Amino acid sequence: MTAKRVVHRLDSTLESVNQAEQKASEIATASGFDEEVVHRIEMAVREAAVNAVYHGNAYDPNKKVTLQFERTPDALIITISDEGRGLDPADIPDPLSPENLLKPSGRGIFLIRSFMDEVRIRQLHPGTEVTLIKHRTNTEGSKEEPK
Amino acid sequence: MTMKSSTRQIDGVTIVDLSGRITLGEGSTMLRDIVRDLITKGNKRILLNLGDVTYIDSSGIGELVSAFTTVRNGGGELKLLNLTKKVHDLLQITKLYTVFDIKDDEAVAIQSFAK
Repeated sequence: MTAKRVVHRLDSTLESVNQAEQKASEIATASGFDEEVVHRIEMAVREAAVNAVYHGNAYDPNKKVTLQFERTPDALIITISDEGRGLDPADIPDPLSPENLLKPSGRGIFLIRSFMDEVRIRQLHPGTEVTLIKHRTNTEGSKEEPK
Repeated sequence: MTMKSSTRQIDGVTIVDLSGRITLGEGSTMLRDIVRDLITKGNKRILLNLGDVTYIDSSGIGELVSAFTTVRNGGGELKLLNLTKKVHDLLQITKLYTVFDIKDDEAVAIQSFAK
């Protein structure tokens, strides 16, 4: 299997978050991941898309979110980038620490890291690029192409 | 599927049956409004039945936490009932499983509220 790449340019809206989640679900399913892993991938993509649309682009209609899926023989690689003010991973508080446990927000990046095998966060000046990687195991085979 | 809810009363406990998705936007906002409305009307013993909740994101988790602290700060109790595996796993990952009082039997849950 050769690498296959699909790129989507999305508006900074909640509808785009739902679209990103849906596309992630389709591509992860087509990549042969089981139902539980597909759910984890779609949720990680949803959280990253929320960060891009809400925290990054702040719903600015002039700013776009770029969503890229790349299927390689070894992994599904998803990249989500925004055009916002940037995110420094060092500034993200630990949501599991006792003083943060009952805070209503701040769990998105933590969940992304919990659900994916690798997560990379890069500052784009302006914007943030988050790369999510889920490795294939030997039992996962590619299915039909997602639409 | 967006979130739907219905409310019933048993032995002084308000049971909120939720179904669908509790996510950023409609679902989490709706949950916030439901809990605020119940508190305003003096309902201090609230049981959220999540048995038919199919999906919850970090915003939805945050809304559950807000509901819990709001009710508790008002002198009430908020408990969770019938977690699906997905919601159960999320609450474990986020260490919130130890914060919420979680039940899997409605009658037992109702009895567990302070009289």
